[in-house]
Formats: sequence, structure tokens, C-alpha cells
Amino acid sequence: MNQTTSVSDPSPVEKYRNNFLKEVEANVEEGDWVKMCMQCGVCSGSCPLGSAWAHPPQELFMMIRAGQREEVLRSESMWMCTSCYSCVVRCPRELPIMHIMHGLANYANRLGLAPKMNPTKRFAKLFWDNIAATGRVNESRLSIKLYFMNGLVSGIKTAFAMRKVGLGMLKTHRLNLIGFFRAGGIKEKNQLQQMLNKAYEIEDKRKGLS
Amino acid sequence: MARKEYSFYPGCSSERNASASNYMVSVQSMCKTLDIKLNEIPDWNCCGASIGYADGGELPRHVMNARNIALSQKHNPGQDIVATCAACWLGTKESVERLSKSEQLLADTQNILADAGLKVDINKNTASGVRHMVEVLIEDFGYDELAAPVKKPLEGLKIAGYVGCQTNRPFGIDGESFENPKYLDKMVEVMGAEPADKYEQKVTCCGGALAFSEPEKSQAQIKEIVESAYDHNADMIVTPCPVCQMNVEVYQEQINKTYNKNFNMPVVYYSQLMAVAYGSSAKEAGLDGQIIRSKKLEEIAEAK
Amino acid sequence: MTNEVKVAAYMCKGCGLGERLDTKLLVDIAQSEGGVSICKSHDYLCSSDGIATIRDDIDNQGVTHVVIGACSRRSKTEAFNFSATDAGRVGAADEATKGVAVARANLREGVIWSQPDSDDARELTQDMANDYVRMACAEAKFMQQPVADPERGANKRILVVGGGISGITAALESAKAGYEVLLVEKTAHLGGWTKTFHRRLPAKEPYAHPHDNDIDELVNQIEVAANITVFLNATLTKTSGAPGQFSVDITTESGATVTENVGALVQASGFTRYDASQLPEFGYGKSPDVVDQIELEALAKSANGPNGEGGIARPSDGKMVESVVFVQCAGQRSDKPGHLPYCSGYCCNVSIKQAMYFKDQNPDIDTNVIYTDLRTPGNSEDFYRSAQLKGVVFTNGTVNKIEVNKIEVNKVGTEGDQLSVNFHDHILDQDAITHADLVVLATGQVPNSGVDIESKIPDANDRADNTAGQSAQVKVSVESILNLDYRQGRDLPHLKHGFSDSHFICFPYETRRTGIYTCGPVRRPMDIVQSIEDATGAAMKAIQAVEGAAMGRAAHPRSGDLSYPSFRKEGCTQCKRCTVECPFGAIDEDENHYPVFNESRCRRCGTCMGACPVRVISFENYSVDTVGQQIKAVDMPDEFDEKPRILILACENDAYPALDMAAHNRIEYNAFVRIIPVRCLGSVNLIWVTDAINAGFDGIMMMGCKKGEDYQCHFVSGSELAHERMSKINDTLSQLQLEPERVQTYEVEITDIERVPKLINDYAAKIDEIGMNPFKGF
Repeated sequence: MNQTTSVSDPSPVEKYRNNFLKEVEANVEEGDWVKMCMQCGVCSGSCPLGSAWAHPPQELFMMIRAGQREEVLRSESMWMCTSCYSCVVRCPRELPIMHIMHGLANYANRLGLAPKMNPTKRFAKLFWDNIAATGRVNESRLSIKLYFMNGLVSGIKTAFAMRKVGLGMLKTHRLNLIGFFRAGGIKEKNQLQQMLNKAYEIEDKRKGLS
Repeated sequence: MARKEYSFYPGCSSERNASASNYMVSVQSMCKTLDIKLNEIPDWNCCGASIGYADGGELPRHVMNARNIALSQKHNPGQDIVATCAACWLGTKESVERLSKSEQLLADTQNILADAGLKVDINKNTASGVRHMVEVLIEDFGYDELAAPVKKPLEGLKIAGYVGCQTNRPFGIDGESFENPKYLDKMVEVMGAEPADKYEQKVTCCGGALAFSEPEKSQAQIKEIVESAYDHNADMIVTPCPVCQMNVEVYQEQINKTYNKNFNMPVVYYSQLMAVAYGSSAKEAGLDGQIIRSKKLEEIAEAK
Repeated sequence: MTNEVKVAAYMCKGCGLGERLDTKLLVDIAQSEGGVSICKSHDYLCSSDGIATIRDDIDNQGVTHVVIGACSRRSKTEAFNFSATDAGRVGAADEATKGVAVARANLREGVIWSQPDSDDARELTQDMANDYVRMACAEAKFMQQPVADPERGANKRILVVGGGISGITAALESAKAGYEVLLVEKTAHLGGWTKTFHRRLPAKEPYAHPHDNDIDELVNQIEVAANITVFLNATLTKTSGAPGQFSVDITTESGATVTENVGALVQASGFTRYDASQLPEFGYGKSPDVVDQIELEALAKSANGPNGEGGIARPSDGKMVESVVFVQCAGQRSDKPGHLPYCSGYCCNVSIKQAMYFKDQNPDIDTNVIYTDLRTPGNSEDFYRSAQLKGVVFTNGTVNKIEVNKIEVNKVGTEGDQLSVNFHDHILDQDAITHADLVVLATGQVPNSGVDIESKIPDANDRADNTAGQSAQVKVSVESILNLDYRQGRDLPHLKHGFSDSHFICFPYETRRTGIYTCGPVRRPMDIVQSIEDATGAAMKAIQAVEGAAMGRAAHPRSGDLSYPSFRKEGCTQCKRCTVECPFGAIDEDENHYPVFNESRCRRCGTCMGACPVRVISFENYSVDTVGQQIKAVDMPDEFDEKPRILILACENDAYPALDMAAHNRIEYNAFVRIIPVRCLGSVNLIWVTDAINAGFDGIMMMGCKKGEDYQCHFVSGSELAHERMSKINDTLSQLQLEPERVQTYEVEITDIERVPKLINDYAAKIDEIGMNPFKGF
């Protein structure tokens, strides 16, 4: 699936042209900052999970400039972001790197290019669906859905492994099984959902995704 | 009339039977002593948290935060919004910044809010009016005033101040550095305990939401955070963030298995230290909410 | 020496000297051993009362020489200045208003601040002070207060060589300061390379956009200036003389020569563009669409409209450029044959500027700068950022090859060239190809610095031999710029890669020929903004030189020194060492091979004095005797006293200040050392070493500045020469059955405040190990 740049094989997309950079600028949150990277690598060195990234932020920025659209958008790398803001506060060029990573992940997700089985992507979806449904996080529903994310058998295993954590939370009244059956959340659920739907609509239209 | 009054954004984890319910209990005790009145924003919604980026995108997340701000401005006019959760504070403040920078984003947001009969006022002072509880304590009260009501100094305790990420970056507490913020150590000191001031993991990331999706990577981080507290002979870790608290506390047993360790390090909130120092009972300080109980802190709380 | 010598000594008791030392004993020693006529002590000698006491003795007691036993000679220089002209005041100093010579015994930094304040240490501390008083008295007797050279010249005209941006700036700045200027330009017009440029780098906030090229305006200012005379199509065919009295032959293309007298020269001979045809791998010469930066400027300048609104067209077929690749470090920072080994420094900024030409005209043009290290110092960082904001893409990579192919007519409809840039992307660690309509090579600057005199020490009129003798790889111009009529060659000495030699840190504009200053790319590769600043600095130095020369004062680093070398012709053996070794080419030779000193060219370092085997060269206030007598004046304990003596000859520019500062920090060192400051290690005459060994010194430490390619010596080669001379002393030592460790040479920096005391202590331990000088007491 992934295309690699090959010297002998001229690619249909002209590499090291601004095509993809321009796309990123137009459609990715804070994407117009990408061109300001000076390739110092402080972001990559500051990331707590840096070693887990196939392409750390510095490299992703270069890949965007090199026009490697598929490789970037299909990458698991951005999904490793823990939102710790280390890269943001240390970037000497003051790029909002974390937000660009989020923006790239979101854009890839909306294009359907994000890696399907990426656990963070899947958890993020559970989370968003959870809050979008009621306006607030329902932690018990979220955790139970998370355990069964990979199917029933795997879910039981996960739940078993996590039973002590769950029990501890239950015992200290920091998790409530009744919450699984009672939705809770805000009063104006419908109103919020309508607002969110309209927001998606506007954003997709602006980014030509609808 | 209370001494100080704020528009309060408690956040999802602070709800009853949620993961940071004990935090909320201690905050209420602490505020009672300091005579702080918290007016909850009616029908507040989730901030979207950081992980909301993947499916929420930009505008939906800003709309969620704008709704909270609009509700606060409508029902608690003129009051600063105070959040106890790092993510809530950060998400709200960040949305204000983004909306104030982009006319289009703001126009779209107002357009959506209008359907619900709401309107948000974003001006140059809005961002500074979105505050974390720690910010309020340090800036509106100050260390001396926080020290004044101390009845039971937490003597004999050594505490590692784990600041984490989102209370510290990118906004942080005014005058503090990102790499070595000192305020938590100062608060520990003010409460009469000894800060582990050389604790080198104070701003290490606990993994945040990736504790769920990438547990091995996240737990590797948490291992460092806890181990360093032991290295500095700390009796417990203190933190201002619900995610930090939960991640660092609840996975210790799994880490013990993976890394063959024997961790049993209590992780408490600053507000719990303050509540105990101010004379609250262990229950009032939410200490019964700890999965790893802090016996030493409970002993002080129960002492006459 | 004048007939009447009356030495007075004054011992200060301030700054703790009175408590730590037996001042009365010092007074006794000055009188009994130092043989001074008057000796007094004072509670605070530098106070107005103390100074008045000394002045009174000078005025009313006929005192001609003063010994100050107080702080270091580097302290209280204003207070203890008893020369005819007060420090800092500009005025003539002639025989009639001659002041008195002053010798300083360094009792504060040299003794009490560098020795422990304890009863145990008291005896050795006093021994040190006693010796420093003896030494200062001995020095004073052999010193003269110098008077300016009566042969000095007072011409204040400034000649500028080169009519590019550097030369124009130097000329305008000198003229604006009120000096008459002669501007000599080899070509038919002023403006140099700058005139061919489209726009230039920004010099002020916000450093975001290329700046208008205002060279025409500057040329106009030259043309209308009343005190600037321009010689076009002209070169210097002979330069002789010295600061304040240069004589220059200016020859025009037609062959007509005029001789002009000037006070100083500014050489702004600029650069030659690197020959890009040495870069066939980059397609240069294979396609007109591969250009260097200078050619790109011409393309941009000739594009329609002042801002190139019409866009830049591809030379091969006139198609508008839609993509351009800039190749940084083309033929630079490379060891390959024919490449420049150095970084020209300015080319990153120029590529950024040129990429903006395209982006400002049409933001859709792809502009890719391929670099390995982008060097944008200072405010250039803002310029870099601005380019990024404009959409210029920067790729960290190395270009390996550029292929040129003809585009098929039927495919694109033109017959232009297709350029394929093969490069390695260092961030993504992959080989990649990008295509471009135009490629710009960032090649560097080669200095126009004339003949390198040190590639081969030339004999007179050996131009032909010299050319033939050059090896192929040594790239040396054979065309002289200055045609100096000097003993040491026709141009300024080079440092490396052909750039003129200067003391980069302390005196950047100074060359090794006093009164001749370089600026612009002949000094180091630079852009217009830097050249303007550089030329302004050089103009200031030229002005300083003509003013100083008129008063007979030395240029840096002994600025204001009135002394100059004199020699006893009857003792001279015509060995030529002084004329060869003078780092500044100040000494010529007459027809009988006797040295001819050009005092105004002299920097007063004393390297000639150090070189002279028969010791006939001296300065009024610094000579073989002023130091030699100090060495002999030290009271030498006998072998059984267990008090060794170590002589330190310390360069006054770096080592001596470092020792003073160590004392200021109360860093203690061994009490057996006796330190004498020297002008430069190059001035150390071997006789002093012999004197010291004979006098019974157990070891000699010589501390000079860093030598070699990155030299720090304030007199360029003094330290190098001293090391060279001292390496030869080992034979002599072994003949005398002496250990080579007895004479050691060190490189010391002014910042070596903690290192120097350690060096001393380590050396003292070494001497302790090898034992006393067997010649002690003979």
C-alpha cells in the first residue's frame, strides 16, 4: 500500500513540489505552520513516546514537503501523540506541533486513510461517540466498550486483566456499574447533538470533504 | 458573601462515582476553609479532552467549549471560569485563544450557538478569565494566605510534586518554567511537608489517554514517575491533574507484574493535602477514594 | 642614555602592602642595592597627595626616572603617568617636553595577592617583594622616556583600492570624516559586483524582504564628493613608504603613471567569482538553465520591470520558470580538488533572497533550497523565517548530480532543458529526484588578495621564477594588487585560502602591513551588508593610522607608544634575521644588506630585538638591558638555601594580565617565581636565557600566546618565532649538561586565570624534582 520514493521509478506525483504541503495548509488544523519548521528535531527528541513513532514530527514535516501524501496520512505515527505539549513549548520556531499532529490524524481519519486497527484511533472514536451521545463522559460505558473493542473473547481477557483496577475503582466509588445502564449526561442532549452535527457539516464543507 | 466567587466547571471526571470524585470532595472541603464559593455552570458539557481531536476535529470541539463559556457568561456573568481538571481548563482556554484568532471560526461558532439561543463573548480578557484551581489559589490567595488556615502541618511527610503535562504546558502557572515548575513544591512546603525538590520526573507525561490504547508504552512512563518518587524517599506523590492521578495510581499493580517491582505509592491531589492540613477528616479530604491508601496522611487527618 | 640619571623610588603601603610587607626594608633595598637617590614610602601612593609628592620631586629635585613599588603596571596607569603628554591627550611630544620614565615593581598582584597571608609565608613573600624592588630599580636605570620619531610623516590622504561596495563605502566614510580620498578602480566604472545585482539583502527591520539595490546612489555620491578623486581603469604599480608617508604609483590602462603621496591605504579588492565550470556534476556548462547566483541576479535584473514583474525566464528557451532548485554549498565546504574548502557564509542568505524573487513575483512557483546546514546568523534568521512564510521550501539534503535532458518537442512543445536534481534527503534518509526549470548553484567567493608572499619567500624581482615554481594545487594569484616595494613581498600576507591575515578577534581590520587595511571579501567571504560595515571599520582604522603616524605613535596593540627600534650599525653583521622575521614587513634592507627601519610601519613588538644575535637593536624603554639587568638584579640564594628561583617571561598581552587576574581572584602560586613582562615572546633574546642560567635561575618559563594557524599572538608570529627559537636551545642546554625542562615554553590565553597558577606550581614541582641549577653560584 505504502508508496516508497524510488529513484529509478518516476512517480506520477511530482515529489518535492508543494502539492501536498498546500493541501495540508488548507485542510489540516494549524497546517499552515508546517512550512515554518526548520528541521532542528527538538520535537522528536522531546516526545515522551518519540521512539515509538515510525516518523517523528520533524520527519513528518519533511515528508509533507517531499509530497509523500500517502505515507503521511496512512502513518500510525501521529496516533502516538499523548497530548503532553512538550513539543509545543520547546519548538524554537513556536510551531503548535501537537495540534498539527492532531490535525493530521483527524484529516487522515476523515479521509478514511487512517490505519483501521490503530488502538488510539479506535479509543478516540469510542470516546467521542461517548461524549457526543450525552454531552459528558460516561466512564463505565467507555471502559466496558474499550475492553470489548477487539471482540468478546479478547474483551473478557482484558476485563480479567484489568479486574483489579476496576475493582479498586468500584470499591472507592470512582466507577459505577449503574452508570453503564443509566446514560446520565447533560439536559440539552439533543441541542448539543444538533450543534455538533452542524459543526461537522460546516467544517467538512470548508475542507471539501462533504 | 463569600470571600471569592467563581463560575465553576467541574468536568466529567469530578462527577459522583467518576474517577476523580475524591478530588471533588477534597476541593469542596478546601474551598469551605478558604471561603471560596463555586457556582457550577448549569448544564455544562464535556470539553472534548485532548483525545477528542481524532473524531471531533476543530469546529465541533470549539463549539463544545464555546457552549460552556456562553452558559457561564449567561448564568454567572462577570465571574472567572475555574476548572479543577487540567484538560477542562486547557480545552476551554485553548478554544478561546483559537476563536479570538480566527474570525471565521468565531463566526461559525456564533452561528451554531445561535440555534440554541446562546452567544459567546470572546474578547481580549476572555482567555485570562479561564483558570485552573491551582492558578486561583496561587494568584488570588498566595502562599501566605494558603498557609494561614493550616491547623495540622503535614510534618514528617516527604512528597514528590508531580506536575505532569497539561497544568504545566502550554499555559502553566504564571512565572513558572515548563521544565521545572516549583509551585507544587511550594504548596507542599506551605502545608508543612517536605517537598522532594529534586524529583526529576515532575513534568514527565503519564501517557494521558494512551494509557487505554497503548498501555505498555504508557506504563513504561508511569514506572519512571513512580520509581523516581521512591528514589527520592517520597511518602507519596501529589498532583493537580485527574488524569495524572488516575494513571499513576491505578496501574502500579500491573507495572509491578511487568517490571517485577513492588510499587505501592499513594498518589493524592494537592487539595487533599490542603484539606487535611486545614483540619478536615480523612473522609472530607476524599482519602477513602484512594486505591492505594495513604496511611500517613490518614493518620494526620484522624489525629486530634 | 642621557647624562643625568636621577632615580627616585616610591613604596606604597596601601591595599594591604603596608601590613603584609616590611616597607622600611623595601626602602632600604631601593637605596642600598637599587642605588636610587630618593626613596620614600606613602600610605596611598595613587592618592592625589602621593602623586603630588612624586611630581614635586620630578619638578624640584631633578628626578629623571621613577620606580613605583605598588600595584601591577596594568593598574593605575593614568595616575602613574609622568610623561610629558597626559594620558589620552593628543599633542606633540618632543624633546623639550620630555617626561620621566617609570618602572613598576608589582608588589600587589605579583606578591601579596598571589601569596598566602600567613606567618609561615611571610619570609618568602618578603623575598619576592625585595626582588621586585631590585628589578624595578635596575630596569629604571636602563630606560629612557621615548620621544616620537622625528622622521614621521604627516600626510593624511587615504587611498582606497577597489571601487566596489566596500571601496565605495570606505571612500565615502573617510571623505565624510573630512579626509581627502583617492579611489583607484581597475575597471571602467564604479560599483563592482553590486552593480550587477537585482536587489540586496535587507539591513534593517523587519529583515523580511530583499532591499532595493542603492548602488547607483552611492556611486553618485562618490562622483559629486569634492574630496574624492577617482582613478578608473587604473592599478597600483608601486607602493612604498610608511604610514603618513606612502608614495603610490597609479598607472592607467593607457600606461600613464602618476605618483601620489598618501597617509594610509584601504584595500577593498573584493572577490573573484568561483569558476562553476569546475562543477560538471551539477550540469554547469551543459545547460544554460544551470546558473550561479551572480548569473541569477542578472536574470532577475533583466526580467521585465524593476521587481521582475514579468517573471524570470528559463535561458534555454525563454519559458517562464515554474520551479527552481537552489543548490547550497556548490563546490564549497568540500575537500574535492578544485572545490573551496571553506564556507562563504553569505550564500545561504543570497539563495533565500533569490528564492523570494520568484515567490514575490508568483507564489505558485516551486522554490526548493537544498542545504546541509543553513547558516543565517543574527537577524538573517528573520529573513529565513520570512522566506518560509512566503512558501520557500527548505530541504535538508546533499545534491549529488544534476542531469540535463532535452525535453521532447512533441511532449511539452518547447525545446528547453529538463533538469533532474539527484539528491540525498538527510531527514528522510532517502535518495530522491526533483525536476526543475532552473537550478541556481550557490558557489562561493575567491579573494582577490594578490600574491601570497608566504607560499615562497620571494627575492627581489623574482616574479617570473615565482610563477613557474608554483605547484599546481597551490592557488595563488600572480597579479599583485599593491606592488609593495617592501623587503617582504609585494602584497599583504595571507592567512589561509588566500584571505588576508589579520588578528581576527582583537584587530579585524589590521593587516600585517601597518597603515594598510583590508575590508570586504578580501578579508573573508561576505555580503553587501557585511562589506559596508567592514569598510566603515577599515576607514576608521585608516584615519586612526594617519593621525597616529603624524604624532609618531604606534598602531595597535601598543597604541600610542612613542618608542621605536634603533640599531647600532657598527655592531650589525647584516644577517638579515630582523628583516626576515619582522611580522609586519617594517624593515627593508639597504644595498649593503643593513636593515632600514621604517619606524611608522613598526608595531613595537620587539621581534627584531629578539631575533638579533648581536643585540644591536633596542627601544628607548625596552631593550636587552632593561630586561637583562632585571634578571641579574634578582638576589640569588645559594644552593643550600632550598630556595630555587624560576624566571617567568610573560607576554604583556595575555599571560601577564592572566597572572594579574589570578591575583585579583587570590589564586596563589609558588613564591619562587620572578615574573618579567615582555612585549611579545618574539622579543625574547636568547641572551636573557643565558643570563638567567648564569645568574643561577633553576628554571625559565616563557608564556606567550597561541601560535599556529589559529594564532592569538597580538604580533602574529612572535609566539611562533619564540617557540621555534627556544626549540633550538635544547642543544645548548644539553651541551651544558642541563635538563631541557629548565627552559619551557607555554601557550597561555588571557582567560587562563586558573590554569596559569597551576602551570607555575606544576613547573615548580618539576624543578624540585630535577634539582637546582648546577651553575648556581659560579
